[in-house]
Amino acid sequence: MIAHAIFFYIFSFIAVISAVMVTVSKNTVHSVFFLILDFISISCLFIMIGAEFLGMIMLIVYVGAVAVLFLFVVMMLNVAHQKNTFFKSTHGSRHIPIGLLVSLIIFFELVIVVGGWKYKPDLINSISLEISEVSNTHSIGYVLYTDYIHLFQLSGMILLVAMIGAIILTYRKREGLKRQSYFSQISREKVDGVDLVDVEKNKGVKIDV
Amino acid sequence: MFEIGLGHYLTLGAVIFTIGVVGIFLNRKNIIVILMSIELILLSVNINLVSFSIFINDLSGQIFTLFILTVAAAEAAIGLAIIVVYYRNAGTIRVEEIDKLKG
Repeated sequence: MIAHAIFFYIFSFIAVISAVMVTVSKNTVHSVFFLILDFISISCLFIMIGAEFLGMIMLIVYVGAVAVLFLFVVMMLNVAHQKNTFFKSTHGSRHIPIGLLVSLIIFFELVIVVGGWKYKPDLINSISLEISEVSNTHSIGYVLYTDYIHLFQLSGMILLVAMIGAIILTYRKREGLKRQSYFSQISREKVDGVDLVDVEKNKGVKIDV
Repeated sequence: MFEIGLGHYLTLGAVIFTIGVVGIFLNRKNIIVILMSIELILLSVNINLVSFSIFINDLSGQIFTLFILTVAAAEAAIGLAIIVVYYRNAGTIRVEEIDKLKG
């Protein structure tokens, strides 16, 4: 129990510190790296609490895909040299106290809700599936492909739409680039390509392309 | 103190949520950091769902977390694509200079 508590505090401390560093760090690349650290520590917490499948999926999806996507865009757009003017603005710094005030209000509301929250004791017994019998991944598989199959397929559709949307948004046609056109290449006839010329003696043929 | 309960995880989620909101409010740099703050907020929601799921012993929270993960990945891809297109057109993604809508 003591070890559990110690690891919880270590990982949550790392998570909070790196979340702060994501927002205040001067370099955008460093922000992405701190985001990766944040995801890793939170997924360690998930694995520690007993949700191993989600922890691993978190590592694969966030650290392997999303953070690398962020890093790729940051490198491609060349914005890493923009220094962070976090507390400075050309329009003055009137936004800082209001923003801090609203954020503090949100935080204290959340703390009040968490602190004053109680659940009914018999709610604990409402078990949708016995988690303790099989492993976490097994039980998620039992539920995900039976009860939630429509939502699962719908999330696949969301990913498909996102992929098509991202490709269409960033696609651009460049001028002066030789491309293959399968239709014109395949439907090319012998008459269009080859021209038979009778060559006169001592004259030669002038070829104009 | 050494008995880690549901409240500890919920407090961690609240702290990370607030840090994400602060990052959106006070950001004057570029939009990519704002997108990262949105990812932080989604992460805190995931923490809440998973901890409830474990402590109430109900798997629905973890399933919902899986779907939130999917939506977050799609949102990041679309948002970054929009940012790339905007940078190509306007040449900047600083938050202050994006004022075409006069907001």
